[in-house]
Amino acid sequence: MSQPQQKIATRDAYGDALVALGKKRDDVVVLDADLSGSTKTSKFAKAYPDRFFNIGIAEQDMMGTAAGLAIGGKLPFASTFAVFATGRAWEQIRQSVCYPNLNVKVVASHAGVTVGEDGGSHQSLEDVAVMRVIPNMTVIVPADGPETQQAIEAVAEYKGPCYVRVGRNKVPTICPENYRFKIGKAHVFHEGKDVCIIATGLMVAEALKARDLLKAEGIDAGVINMSTIKPLDNDAVIAAAKRCGAIVTAEEHSIIGGLGGAVAEALSESAPAPLVRIGTRDQFGTSGDPDGLLKHYKLSAEDIREGAKEAVKKKKR
Amino acid sequence: MNEETLKTLRDRARRIRIDILKMLHGSGSGHTGGSLSATDIMTALYFYKLKHDPKNPDWKGRDCFILSKGHAAPVLYTTLAHAGYFATDELCTLRKIGSRLQGHPDSKYLPGVEISTGSLGQGLSVACGVALAHKLDKAPNRVYAVLGDGELQEGQIWEAAMTAAHYKLDNLCILVDNNGLQIDGPVAKVMGVEPIADKWRAFGWDVQDIDGHDMAQLVAALDKAETVKARPTAIVCRTVKGKGSKCFEGKVEFHGTTPSKDELETALKELDEAVCK
Ligand SMILES: Cc1ncc(C[n+]2csc(CCOP(=O)(O)OP(=O)(O)O)c2C)c(N)n1
Repeated sequence: MSQPQQKIATRDAYGDALVALGKKRDDVVVLDADLSGSTKTSKFAKAYPDRFFNIGIAEQDMMGTAAGLAIGGKLPFASTFAVFATGRAWEQIRQSVCYPNLNVKVVASHAGVTVGEDGGSHQSLEDVAVMRVIPNMTVIVPADGPETQQAIEAVAEYKGPCYVRVGRNKVPTICPENYRFKIGKAHVFHEGKDVCIIATGLMVAEALKARDLLKAEGIDAGVINMSTIKPLDNDAVIAAAKRCGAIVTAEEHSIIGGLGGAVAEALSESAPAPLVRIGTRDQFGTSGDPDGLLKHYKLSAEDIREGAKEAVKKKKR
Repeated sequence: MNEETLKTLRDRARRIRIDILKMLHGSGSGHTGGSLSATDIMTALYFYKLKHDPKNPDWKGRDCFILSKGHAAPVLYTTLAHAGYFATDELCTLRKIGSRLQGHPDSKYLPGVEISTGSLGQGLSVACGVALAHKLDKAPNRVYAVLGDGELQEGQIWEAAMTAAHYKLDNLCILVDNNGLQIDGPVAKVMGVEPIADKWRAFGWDVQDIDGHDMAQLVAALDKAETVKARPTAIVCRTVKGKGSKCFEGKVEFHGTTPSKDELETALKELDEAVCK
Protein backbone atom coordinates (compact mmCIF):
# COMPACT_ATOMS: atom_id res chain seq x y z
CA MET A 1 0.00 0.00 0.00
CA SER A 2 1.88 3.05 -1.08
CA GLN A 3 0.15 6.13 0.23
CA PRO A 4 1.79 9.52 -0.02
CA GLN A 5 3.55 9.82 3.32
CA GLN A 6 2.58 13.34 4.25
CA LYS A 7 2.70 13.57 8.03
CA ILE A 8 0.94 15.98 10.32
CA ALA A 9 -0.06 15.84 13.98
CA THR A 10 -3.83 15.87 14.44
CA ARG A 11 -3.41 18.63 17.05
CA ASP A 12 -1.78 20.82 14.40
CA ALA A 13 -4.64 20.12 12.04
CA TYR A 14 -6.99 21.12 14.85
CA GLY A 15 -5.22 24.47 15.32
CA ASP A 16 -5.41 25.20 11.61
CA ALA A 17 -9.05 24.16 11.43
CA LEU A 18 -9.88 26.52 14.30
CA VAL A 19 -8.27 29.45 12.53
CA ALA A 20 -10.24 28.69 9.35
CA LEU A 21 -13.43 28.33 11.35
CA GLY A 22 -12.77 31.57 13.21
CA LYS A 23 -12.50 33.36 9.90
CA LYS A 24 -15.78 31.90 8.65
CA ARG A 25 -17.81 32.37 11.82
CA ASP A 26 -17.49 35.10 14.38
CA ASP A 27 -19.40 33.16 17.05
CA VAL A 28 -16.47 30.75 17.43
CA VAL A 29 -14.64 31.22 20.74
CA VAL A 30 -11.77 29.15 22.10
CA LEU A 31 -10.79 28.32 25.68
CA ASP A 32 -7.63 26.71 26.98
CA ALA A 33 -6.11 25.88 30.35
CA ASP A 34 -2.46 26.97 30.09
CA LEU A 35 -1.60 24.48 27.36
CA SER A 36 -2.42 26.49 24.24
CA GLY A 37 1.04 25.95 22.76
CA SER A 38 0.58 22.20 23.08
CA THR A 39 -3.08 21.89 22.06
CA LYS A 40 -2.41 24.35 19.21
CA THR A 41 -5.25 26.65 20.17
CA SER A 42 -2.39 29.19 20.25
CA LYS A 43 -2.87 29.47 16.49
CA PHE A 44 -6.41 30.72 17.05
CA ALA A 45 -5.28 32.92 19.96
CA LYS A 46 -2.81 34.62 17.65
CA ALA A 47 -5.35 35.17 14.88
CA TYR A 48 -8.30 36.14 17.08
CA PRO A 49 -7.00 37.24 20.48
CA ASP A 50 -10.34 38.76 21.50
CA ARG A 51 -12.13 35.46 21.06
CA PHE A 52 -9.57 33.40 22.96
CA PHE A 53 -9.78 32.87 26.72
CA ASN A 54 -6.94 31.37 28.70
CA ILE A 55 -8.62 30.23 31.89
CA GLY A 56 -5.36 29.20 33.54
CA ILE A 57 -4.74 25.83 35.12
CA ALA A 58 -8.43 25.39 35.96
CA GLU A 59 -10.02 22.78 33.72
CA GLN A 60 -13.26 22.56 35.68
CA ASP A 61 -13.74 26.30 35.50
CA MET A 62 -12.96 26.18 31.79
CA MET A 63 -15.78 23.69 31.06
CA GLY A 64 -18.29 25.69 33.08
CA THR A 65 -17.22 28.90 31.33
CA ALA A 66 -17.59 27.16 27.98
CA ALA A 67 -21.14 26.16 28.95
CA GLY A 68 -21.91 29.78 29.80
CA LEU A 69 -20.50 31.01 26.51
CA ALA A 70 -22.75 28.51 24.71
CA ILE A 71 -25.79 29.87 26.58
CA GLY A 72 -24.66 33.31 25.48
CA GLY A 73 -24.92 32.21 21.85
CA LYS A 74 -21.25 31.46 21.18
CA LEU A 75 -19.73 28.32 19.73
CA PRO A 76 -17.07 27.39 22.30
CA PHE A 77 -14.17 25.02 21.71
CA ALA A 78 -12.47 24.06 25.00
CA SER A 79 -9.07 22.40 24.90
CA THR A 80 -6.43 20.93 27.17
CA PHE A 81 -4.75 17.52 27.49
CA ALA A 82 -7.23 14.63 27.26
CA VAL A 83 -6.52 13.40 30.77
CA PHE A 84 -7.40 16.76 32.34
CA ALA A 85 -10.30 17.63 29.99
CA THR A 86 -12.15 14.37 30.51
CA GLY A 87 -10.83 13.42 33.94
CA ARG A 88 -10.57 16.54 36.04
CA ALA A 89 -13.55 18.19 34.42
CA TRP A 90 -15.72 15.10 33.86
CA GLU A 91 -18.57 16.16 36.06
CA GLN A 92 -18.61 19.71 34.74
CA ILE A 93 -18.92 18.19 31.26
CA ARG A 94 -21.70 15.91 32.48
CA GLN A 95 -23.69 18.44 34.50
CA SER A 96 -23.05 21.78 32.81
CA VAL A 97 -22.56 20.69 29.20
CA CYS A 98 -24.27 17.38 28.44
CA TYR A 99 -27.20 17.40 30.87
CA PRO A 100 -28.48 20.75 29.54
CA ASN A 101 -27.35 19.61 26.07
CA LEU A 102 -25.27 22.70 25.33
CA ASN A 103 -23.35 23.35 22.18
CA VAL A 104 -19.84 22.93 23.60
CA LYS A 105 -16.99 21.25 21.73
CA VAL A 106 -14.31 19.66 23.89
CA VAL A 107 -11.23 19.01 21.80
CA ALA A 108 -8.51 17.33 23.80
CA SER A 109 -4.94 16.66 22.76
CA HIS A 110 -2.12 14.43 24.02
CA ALA A 111 -4.29 11.34 24.22
CA GLY A 112 -2.86 7.85 24.40
CA VAL A 113 0.57 6.41 25.13
CA THR A 114 2.22 8.41 22.34
CA VAL A 115 2.30 11.34 24.77
CA GLY A 116 5.55 9.54 25.53
CA GLU A 117 8.06 10.71 28.13
CA ASP A 118 5.64 12.59 30.39
CA GLY A 119 4.44 9.17 31.49
CA GLY A 120 1.34 7.50 32.83
CA SER A 121 -0.06 10.50 34.70
CA HIS A 122 -0.41 12.30 31.39
CA GLN A 123 -1.37 9.44 29.05
CA SER A 124 -5.13 9.30 28.76
CA LEU A 125 -6.31 5.75 28.07
CA GLU A 126 -9.79 6.16 29.50
CA ASP A 127 -11.11 9.36 27.91
CA VAL A 128 -13.16 7.75 25.14
CA ALA A 129 -14.85 5.47 27.67
CA VAL A 130 -15.75 8.22 30.12
CA MET A 131 -16.99 10.57 27.39
CA ARG A 132 -18.92 7.87 25.55
CA VAL A 133 -20.97 6.98 28.60
CA ILE A 134 -22.44 10.49 28.99
CA PRO A 135 -25.82 10.97 27.29
CA ASN A 136 -25.91 13.57 24.49
CA MET A 137 -22.15 13.36 23.94
CA THR A 138 -20.76 12.65 20.47
CA VAL A 139 -17.27 11.12 20.44
CA ILE A 140 -14.85 11.42 17.53
CA VAL A 141 -11.27 10.18 17.12
CA PRO A 142 -9.83 11.31 13.77
CA ALA A 143 -7.17 9.19 12.10
CA ASP A 144 -5.11 11.86 10.37
CA GLY A 145 -4.70 15.58 9.74
CA PRO A 146 -7.21 16.03 6.92
CA GLU A 147 -9.84 13.99 8.73
CA THR A 148 -9.31 16.17 11.82
CA GLN A 149 -9.90 19.31 9.76
CA GLN A 150 -13.13 17.86 8.44
CA ALA A 151 -14.22 16.61 11.84
CA ILE A 152 -13.78 20.08 13.34
CA GLU A 153 -15.90 21.56 10.54
CA ALA A 154 -18.52 18.86 11.13
CA VAL A 155 -18.76 19.36 14.90
CA ALA A 156 -19.09 23.10 14.33
CA GLU A 157 -22.11 22.46 12.11
CA TYR A 158 -23.59 19.89 14.50
CA LYS A 159 -25.59 21.24 17.44
CA GLY A 160 -24.75 19.61 20.77
CA PRO A 161 -21.84 18.47 22.92
CA CYS A 162 -18.93 16.83 21.10
CA TYR A 163 -15.66 15.33 22.22
CA VAL A 164 -12.82 15.18 19.69
CA ARG A 165 -9.60 13.39 20.61
CA VAL A 166 -6.35 14.47 18.94
CA GLY A 167 -2.76 13.34 19.32
CA ARG A 168 0.65 14.81 20.00
CA ASN A 169 2.80 13.31 17.26
CA LYS A 170 2.86 13.44 13.50
CA VAL A 171 0.81 10.74 11.82
CA PRO A 172 0.70 9.79 8.13
CA THR A 173 -2.17 11.02 6.00
CA ILE A 174 -4.12 7.92 5.07
CA CYS A 175 -7.64 9.01 4.17
CA PRO A 176 -8.22 9.18 0.39
CA GLU A 177 -8.39 12.62 -1.17
CA ASN A 178 -12.06 12.37 -2.04
CA TYR A 179 -12.99 11.18 1.45
CA ARG A 180 -15.74 13.13 3.21
CA PHE A 181 -16.01 12.78 6.97
CA LYS A 182 -19.54 12.43 8.32
CA ILE A 183 -20.40 12.11 12.01
CA GLY A 184 -21.49 8.54 12.71
CA LYS A 185 -20.27 7.13 9.40
CA ALA A 186 -17.39 4.66 9.25
CA HIS A 187 -15.04 4.62 6.29
CA VAL A 188 -14.39 1.22 4.77
CA PHE A 189 -10.86 1.11 3.35
CA HIS A 190 -11.06 -2.55 2.44
CA GLU A 191 -13.98 -4.90 2.83
CA GLY A 192 -11.89 -8.04 3.40
CA LYS A 193 -13.36 -11.50 3.71
CA ASP A 194 -11.51 -13.46 6.42
CA VAL A 195 -11.41 -10.93 9.23
CA CYS A 196 -12.14 -7.21 9.57
CA ILE A 197 -10.01 -4.75 11.50
CA ILE A 198 -12.02 -1.87 12.93
CA ALA A 199 -9.59 0.82 14.04
CA THR A 200 -9.63 4.39 15.24
CA GLY A 201 -7.16 7.27 15.54
CA LEU A 202 -3.53 6.56 14.78
CA MET A 203 -4.24 2.82 14.86
CA VAL A 204 -5.94 3.02 11.47
CA ALA A 205 -2.52 3.45 9.86
CA GLU A 206 -1.27 0.44 11.79
CA ALA A 207 -4.34 -1.54 10.69
CA LEU A 208 -3.56 -0.79 7.05
CA LYS A 209 0.00 -2.07 7.57
CA ALA A 210 -1.37 -5.14 9.33
CA ARG A 211 -3.59 -5.83 6.34
CA ASP A 212 -0.48 -6.02 4.13
CA LEU A 213 1.26 -8.31 6.61
CA LEU A 214 -1.79 -10.57 6.67
CA LYS A 215 -2.05 -10.63 2.91
CA ALA A 216 1.44 -12.14 2.81
CA GLU A 217 0.08 -14.95 4.98
CA GLY A 218 -2.94 -15.52 2.74
CA ILE A 219 -5.45 -13.77 4.97
CA ASP A 220 -7.75 -11.16 3.45
CA ALA A 221 -8.35 -8.59 6.16
CA GLY A 222 -10.79 -5.73 5.87
CA VAL A 223 -9.96 -2.33 7.35
CA ILE A 224 -12.51 0.14 8.67
CA ASN A 225 -11.77 3.60 10.04
CA MET A 226 -14.27 4.06 12.85
CA SER A 227 -13.60 7.71 13.56
CA THR A 228 -16.93 8.27 15.27
CA ILE A 229 -17.08 6.10 18.37
CA LYS A 230 -20.46 7.51 19.35
CA PRO A 231 -22.89 7.24 17.72
CA LEU A 232 -21.27 4.03 16.50
CA ASP A 233 -21.86 3.03 12.90
CA ASN A 234 -23.64 -0.20 13.84
CA ASP A 235 -24.48 -1.01 10.25
CA ALA A 236 -20.79 -1.03 9.32
CA VAL A 237 -19.96 -3.30 12.27
CA ILE A 238 -22.76 -5.74 11.51
CA ALA A 239 -21.93 -5.84 7.80
CA ALA A 240 -18.26 -6.52 8.60
CA ALA A 241 -19.18 -9.30 11.03
CA LYS A 242 -21.46 -10.95 8.48
CA ARG A 243 -18.96 -10.56 5.66
CA CYS A 244 -15.79 -11.64 7.49
CA GLY A 245 -17.07 -13.62 10.47
CA ALA A 246 -14.41 -12.24 12.81
CA ILE A 247 -13.50 -8.78 14.07
CA VAL A 248 -10.41 -7.10 15.51
CA THR A 249 -10.61 -3.67 17.09
CA ALA A 250 -7.54 -1.45 17.39
CA GLU A 251 -7.26 1.70 19.47
CA GLU A 252 -4.69 3.68 21.45
CA HIS A 253 -6.91 3.44 24.52
CA SER A 254 -8.03 0.87 27.05
CA ILE A 255 -9.86 -2.11 25.56
CA ILE A 256 -12.46 -1.39 28.23
CA GLY A 257 -15.18 1.06 27.28
CA GLY A 258 -13.69 2.60 24.15
CA LEU A 259 -13.89 1.39 20.57
CA GLY A 260 -13.37 -2.24 21.60
CA GLY A 261 -16.09 -1.95 24.20
CA ALA A 262 -18.50 -0.26 21.80
CA VAL A 263 -17.92 -2.83 19.06
CA ALA A 264 -18.29 -5.69 21.56
CA GLU A 265 -21.65 -4.26 22.60
CA ALA A 266 -22.81 -3.92 19.00
CA LEU A 267 -21.65 -7.40 18.04
CA SER A 268 -23.13 -9.23 20.98
CA GLU A 269 -26.49 -7.55 20.53
CA SER A 270 -26.78 -7.73 16.77
CA ALA A 271 -24.26 -9.99 15.06
CA PRO A 272 -22.28 -12.25 17.41
CA ALA A 273 -18.83 -12.94 16.00
CA PRO A 274 -15.40 -13.69 17.48
CA LEU A 275 -13.68 -10.49 18.58
CA VAL A 276 -10.11 -9.65 19.54
CA ARG A 277 -9.49 -6.23 21.03
CA ILE A 278 -6.13 -4.51 20.56
CA GLY A 279 -5.56 -1.72 23.06
CA THR A 280 -4.12 -1.25 26.52
CA ARG A 281 -5.21 -3.98 28.88
CA ASP A 282 -6.51 -2.50 32.13
CA GLN A 283 -3.20 -0.80 32.84
CA PHE A 284 -1.70 2.67 33.10
CA GLY A 285 0.83 4.14 30.73
CA THR A 286 4.48 4.74 31.49
CA SER A 287 7.36 6.99 30.40
CA GLY A 288 9.22 6.26 27.21
CA ASP A 289 9.59 7.24 23.58
CA PRO A 290 6.28 7.07 21.69
CA ASP A 291 7.31 4.37 19.20
CA GLY A 292 8.83 2.25 21.93
CA LEU A 293 5.65 2.59 23.94
CA LEU A 294 3.44 1.50 21.04
CA LYS A 295 5.50 -1.70 20.92
CA HIS A 296 5.58 -2.01 24.72
CA TYR A 297 1.79 -1.89 24.92
CA LYS A 298 1.37 -4.19 21.91
CA LEU A 299 -0.20 -1.56 19.68
CA SER A 300 1.83 -2.11 16.52
CA ALA A 301 0.83 -3.49 13.12
CA GLU A 302 2.45 -6.79 14.12
CA ASP A 303 0.24 -6.98 17.19
CA ILE A 304 -2.85 -6.33 15.08
CA ARG A 305 -1.71 -9.08 12.72
CA GLU A 306 -1.44 -11.52 15.63
CA GLY A 307 -4.85 -10.41 16.87
CA ALA A 308 -6.35 -11.00 13.45
CA LYS A 309 -4.89 -14.49 13.25
CA GLU A 310 -6.29 -15.26 16.67
CA ALA A 311 -9.72 -13.99 15.60
CA VAL A 312 -9.63 -16.16 12.49
CA LYS A 313 -8.69 -19.18 14.64
CA LYS A 314 -11.57 -18.48 17.02
CA LYS A 315 -13.92 -18.53 14.07
CA LYS A 316 -12.99 -22.11 13.25
CA ARG A 317 -13.67 -23.44 16.73
CA MET B 1 22.01 29.83 62.08
CA ASN B 2 25.56 28.69 61.85
CA GLU B 3 27.28 30.06 58.73
CA GLU B 4 29.05 26.76 58.06
CA THR B 5 25.70 24.92 57.81
CA LEU B 6 24.34 27.51 55.41
CA LYS B 7 27.43 27.23 53.27
CA THR B 8 27.07 23.47 53.11
CA LEU B 9 23.42 23.79 52.13
CA ARG B 10 24.20 26.32 49.41
CA ASP B 11 26.87 24.09 48.02
CA ARG B 12 24.50 21.13 48.06
CA ALA B 13 21.94 23.15 46.09
CA ARG B 14 24.63 24.09 43.58
CA ARG B 15 25.58 20.45 43.08
CA ILE B 16 21.94 19.40 42.79
CA ARG B 17 21.46 21.99 40.03
CA ILE B 18 24.45 20.56 38.20
CA ASP B 19 23.01 17.06 38.33
CA ILE B 20 19.54 18.25 37.30
CA LEU B 21 20.99 19.87 34.20
CA LYS B 22 23.11 16.86 33.28
CA MET B 23 20.14 14.57 33.73
CA LEU B 24 17.82 16.74 31.65
CA HIS B 25 20.37 17.16 28.90
CA GLY B 26 20.70 13.39 28.80
CA SER B 27 16.98 12.66 28.73
CA GLY B 28 16.22 15.32 26.14
CA SER B 29 12.81 15.93 27.68
CA GLY B 30 11.60 17.15 31.03
CA HIS B 31 10.96 20.27 33.06
CA THR B 32 13.98 22.51 33.54
CA GLY B 33 12.65 25.87 34.73
CA GLY B 34 10.42 24.74 37.56
CA SER B 35 13.05 22.31 38.83
CA LEU B 36 15.74 24.96 39.09
CA SER B 37 13.43 27.48 40.77
CA ALA B 38 12.62 24.95 43.51
CA THR B 39 16.16 23.65 44.09
CA ASP B 40 17.00 25.78 47.11
CA ILE B 41 13.61 25.00 48.66
CA MET B 42 14.11 21.26 48.15
CA THR B 43 17.66 21.42 49.52
CA ALA B 44 16.53 23.22 52.66
CA LEU B 45 13.80 20.65 53.16
CA TYR B 46 15.80 17.45 52.61
CA PHE B 47 19.16 18.57 54.00
CA TYR B 48 17.99 20.74 56.86
CA LYS B 49 14.40 20.27 57.97
CA LEU B 50 12.82 16.91 57.12
CA LYS B 51 13.03 14.03 59.54
CA HIS B 52 13.61 11.12 57.21
CA ASP B 53 15.74 8.05 56.71
CA PRO B 54 16.84 7.44 53.13
CA LYS B 55 17.81 3.86 53.99
CA ASN B 56 14.37 3.24 55.46
CA PRO B 57 11.92 5.33 53.42
CA ASP B 58 8.90 3.85 55.22
CA TRP B 59 10.20 4.79 58.68
CA LYS B 60 7.18 5.57 60.87
CA GLY B 61 8.78 8.63 62.38
CA ARG B 62 9.35 10.35 59.05
CA ASP B 63 8.00 13.70 57.97
CA CYS B 64 6.01 13.54 54.76
CA PHE B 65 6.96 15.50 51.65
CA ILE B 66 4.65 15.92 48.66
CA LEU B 67 5.72 17.55 45.41
CA SER B 68 2.36 18.90 44.36
CA LYS B 69 3.91 20.51 41.25
CA GLY B 70 4.91 17.05 40.08
CA HIS B 71 6.46 18.19 36.80
CA ALA B 72 9.44 19.34 38.88
CA ALA B 73 10.33 15.65 39.23
CA PRO B 74 13.96 16.29 38.18
CA VAL B 75 14.67 18.30 41.33
CA LEU B 76 12.90 15.71 43.48
CA TYR B 77 14.85 12.81 41.96
CA THR B 78 18.18 14.58 42.20
CA THR B 79 17.52 15.63 45.79
CA LEU B 80 16.47 12.09 46.74
CA ALA B 81 19.60 10.67 45.11
CA HIS B 82 21.86 13.18 46.86
CA ALA B 83 20.12 12.36 50.15
CA GLY B 84 20.92 8.68 49.61
CA TYR B 85 17.61 7.12 48.56
CA PHE B 86 19.27 5.68 45.46
CA ALA B 87 22.52 6.04 43.55
CA THR B 88 23.02 9.17 41.45
CA ASP B 89 23.92 6.82 38.55
CA GLU B 90 20.24 6.04 38.19
CA LEU B 91 19.47 9.67 37.29
CA CYS B 92 20.45 8.96 33.68
CA THR B 93 17.45 6.64 33.29
CA LEU B 94 15.03 9.56 33.54
CA ARG B 95 11.91 9.07 31.37
CA LYS B 96 13.14 5.86 29.74
CA ILE B 97 10.93 2.78 29.40
CA GLY B 98 11.21 0.73 32.58
CA SER B 99 12.81 3.49 34.66
CA ARG B 100 11.69 4.20 38.22
CA LEU B 101 12.25 7.83 37.34
CA GLN B 102 9.00 8.49 35.50
CA GLY B 103 8.27 11.79 33.77
CA HIS B 104 6.23 12.67 36.84
CA PRO B 105 6.86 11.18 40.31
CA ASP B 106 5.40 7.70 40.65
CA SER B 107 5.08 6.26 44.15
CA LYS B 108 4.44 2.77 42.71
CA TYR B 109 8.06 2.57 41.68
CA LEU B 110 10.28 4.93 43.61
CA PRO B 111 10.84 4.68 47.37
CA GLY B 112 10.81 8.13 48.93
CA VAL B 113 8.01 9.36 46.70
CA GLU B 114 5.01 9.48 49.04
CA ILE B 115 2.41 9.91 46.32
CA SER B 116 2.29 10.06 42.55
CA THR B 117 1.72 13.60 41.28
CA GLY B 118 1.72 15.32 37.91
CA SER B 119 -1.87 16.43 37.61
CA LEU B 120 -1.66 19.84 39.24
CA GLY B 121 -3.73 20.93 42.20
CA GLN B 122 -4.12 17.60 43.93
CA GLY B 123 -1.12 17.40 46.24
CA LEU B 124 -2.33 19.73 48.97
CA SER B 125 -5.49 17.69 49.62
CA VAL B 126 -3.35 14.60 50.07
CA ALA B 127 -1.03 16.52 52.38
CA CYS B 128 -4.05 17.51 54.49
CA GLY B 129 -5.04 13.86 54.72
CA VAL B 130 -1.59 12.81 55.94
CA ALA B 131 -1.58 15.69 58.44
CA LEU B 132 -5.03 14.68 59.74
CA ALA B 133 -3.81 11.09 60.20
CA HIS B 134 -0.86 12.29 62.28
CA LYS B 135 -3.20 14.46 64.34
CA LEU B 136 -5.45 11.45 65.00
CA ASP B 137 -2.41 9.50 66.15
CA LYS B 138 -1.15 12.44 68.21
CA ALA B 139 2.13 11.87 66.35
CA PRO B 140 4.75 14.60 66.00
CA ASN B 141 5.36 13.97 62.26
CA ARG B 142 5.10 17.01 60.04
CA VAL B 143 3.89 17.35 56.46
CA TYR B 144 5.44 19.54 53.76
CA ALA B 145 4.32 20.27 50.21
CA VAL B 146 5.74 22.35 47.36
CA LEU B 147 3.23 24.06 45.07
CA GLY B 148 3.62 26.15 41.92
CA ASP B 149 2.16 29.64 41.66
CA GLY B 150 0.38 28.68 38.44
CA GLU B 151 -0.88 25.62 40.25
CA LEU B 152 -2.77 27.91 42.62
CA GLN B 153 -5.25 28.48 39.77
CA GLU B 154 -6.70 25.03 40.45
CA GLY B 155 -9.82 25.31 42.59
CA GLN B 156 -8.96 22.19 44.56
CA ILE B 157 -6.03 24.05 46.13
CA TRP B 158 -8.44 26.42 47.82
CA GLU B 159 -10.74 23.63 48.91
CA ALA B 160 -7.73 22.07 50.63
CA ALA B 161 -6.72 25.47 52.01
CA MET B 162 -10.03 25.55 53.87
CA THR B 163 -9.65 21.99 55.13
CA ALA B 164 -6.19 22.71 56.52
CA ALA B 165 -7.30 25.85 58.37
CA HIS B 166 -10.59 24.34 59.52
CA TYR B 167 -8.85 21.38 61.12
CA LYS B 168 -6.05 23.61 62.48
CA LEU B 169 -3.35 21.59 60.77
CA ASP B 170 -0.33 23.24 62.37
CA ASN B 171 1.68 20.16 61.39
CA LEU B 172 1.33 21.21 57.74
CA CYS B 173 3.64 23.61 55.94
CA ILE B 174 3.55 24.44 52.25
CA LEU B 175 6.11 26.28 50.15
CA VAL B 176 4.83 28.11 47.10
CA ASP B 177 7.45 28.32 44.36
CA ASN B 178 6.39 31.79 43.25
CA ASN B 179 8.46 32.09 40.08
CA GLY B 180 5.88 34.16 38.21
CA LEU B 181 5.80 31.98 35.10
CA GLN B 182 3.65 29.09 33.90
CA ILE B 183 3.49 27.45 30.44
CA ASP B 184 1.61 29.95 28.31
CA GLY B 185 3.44 32.95 29.79
CA PRO B 186 3.68 35.02 32.96
CA VAL B 187 1.13 33.97 35.58
CA ALA B 188 -0.04 37.58 35.82
CA LYS B 189 -0.89 37.54 32.11
CA VAL B 190 -2.44 34.08 31.85
CA MET B 191 -4.59 34.20 34.99
CA GLY B 192 -3.49 36.40 37.86
CA VAL B 193 -3.10 34.81 41.28
CA GLU B 194 -1.68 37.73 43.27
CA PRO B 195 -1.87 38.76 46.04
CA ILE B 196 -0.79 35.23 46.94
CA ALA B 197 0.23 35.89 50.54
CA ASP B 198 -3.01 37.76 51.28
CA LYS B 199 -5.04 34.91 49.85
CA TRP B 200 -3.51 32.33 52.19
CA ARG B 201 -3.84 34.75 55.09
CA ALA B 202 -7.52 35.25 54.30
CA PHE B 203 -7.94 31.49 54.29
CA GLY B 204 -6.66 31.37 57.87
CA TRP B 205 -3.06 30.35 57.31
CA ASP B 206 0.09 31.71 58.89
CA VAL B 207 2.03 33.28 56.04
CA GLN B 208 5.69 34.14 55.47
CA ASP B 209 6.94 35.89 52.37
CA ILE B 210 10.61 35.18 51.65
CA ASP B 211 13.32 35.07 49.00
CA GLY B 212 13.19 31.44 47.93
CA HIS B 213 16.86 31.42 46.88
CA ASP B 214 18.17 32.78 50.18
CA MET B 215 19.16 29.77 52.24
CA ALA B 216 19.20 31.70 55.51
CA GLN B 217 15.64 32.89 54.95
CA LEU B 218 14.47 29.43 53.94
CA VAL B 219 15.94 27.81 57.01
CA ALA B 220 14.55 30.49 59.33
CA ALA B 221 11.10 30.25 57.76
CA LEU B 222 11.01 26.47 58.15
CA ASP B 223 12.07 26.82 61.79
CA LYS B 224 9.41 29.41 62.46
CA ALA B 225 6.69 27.29 60.86
CA GLU B 226 7.26 24.66 63.54
CA THR B 227 6.39 27.14 66.27
CA VAL B 228 3.03 28.20 64.81
CA LYS B 229 0.10 26.80 66.77
CA ALA B 230 -3.40 25.93 65.50
CA ARG B 231 -2.76 27.15 61.96
CA PRO B 232 -1.08 25.71 58.87
CA THR B 233 1.85 27.65 57.40
CA ALA B 234 2.31 28.91 53.85
CA ILE B 235 5.80 30.07 52.95
CA VAL B 236 5.53 32.11 49.77
CA CYS B 237 8.95 31.88 48.14
CA ARG B 238 9.89 34.51 45.62
CA THR B 239 11.93 32.60 43.05
CA VAL B 240 13.31 32.84 39.53
CA LYS B 241 12.27 30.17 37.06
CA GLY B 242 15.40 28.50 35.68
CA LYS B 243 17.56 29.82 38.55
CA GLY B 244 21.23 28.91 38.30
CA SER B 245 22.22 29.99 34.83
CA LYS B 246 21.58 32.96 32.59
CA CYS B 247 20.64 30.42 29.91
CA PHE B 248 17.35 29.60 31.60
CA GLU B 249 16.54 32.32 34.13
CA GLY B 250 13.15 33.93 33.58
CA LYS B 251 12.71 32.21 30.23
CA VAL B 252 9.24 30.79 29.85
CA GLU B 253 10.32 28.48 27.01
CA PHE B 254 12.46 26.53 29.47
CA HIS B 255 9.40 25.31 31.31
CA GLY B 256 9.47 22.05 29.41
CA THR B 257 12.62 22.29 27.29
CA THR B 258 15.95 20.75 28.19
CA PRO B 259 19.43 22.24 27.85
CA SER B 260 21.31 21.80 24.61
CA LYS B 261 24.98 20.82 24.72
CA ASP B 262 26.08 24.45 24.56
CA GLU B 263 23.60 25.57 27.17
CA LEU B 264 24.67 22.75 29.45
CA GLU B 265 28.33 23.70 29.11
CA THR B 266 27.65 27.37 29.77
CA ALA B 267 25.47 26.57 32.75
CA LEU B 268 27.96 24.11 34.25
CA LYS B 269 30.67 26.71 33.93
CA GLU B 270 28.53 29.28 35.73
CA LEU B 271 27.65 26.81 38.46
CA ASP B 272 31.25 25.67 38.84
CA GLU B 273 32.35 29.25 39.26
CA ALA B 274 29.51 30.14 41.63
CA VAL B 275 31.08 30.98 44.95
CA CYS B 276 28.97 29.79 47.82
CA LYS B 277 28.93 32.64 50.27
C1 LIG C 1 -4.32 19.51 36.08
C2 LIG C 1 -3.19 19.89 35.20
N1 LIG C 1 -3.40 20.76 34.20
C3 LIG C 1 -2.40 21.09 33.38
C4 LIG C 1 -1.15 20.55 33.53
C5 LIG C 1 -0.03 20.87 32.56
N2 LIG C 1 0.98 21.68 33.21
C6 LIG C 1 2.14 21.16 33.67
S1 LIG C 1 3.12 22.28 34.39
C7 LIG C 1 2.03 23.53 34.08
C8 LIG C 1 2.34 24.92 34.53
C9 LIG C 1 2.61 24.98 35.97
O1 LIG C 1 2.91 26.26 36.39
P1 LIG C 1 3.45 26.49 37.87
O2 LIG C 1 2.54 25.82 38.85
O3 LIG C 1 3.66 27.93 38.05
O4 LIG C 1 4.79 25.68 37.88
P2 LIG C 1 6.30 26.18 37.62
O5 LIG C 1 6.25 27.47 36.89
O6 LIG C 1 6.90 26.32 38.96
O7 LIG C 1 6.95 25.10 36.83
C10 LIG C 1 0.90 23.04 33.43
C11 LIG C 1 -0.25 23.84 33.00
C12 LIG C 1 -0.97 19.64 34.58
N3 LIG C 1 0.21 19.03 34.80
N4 LIG C 1 -2.00 19.34 35.41
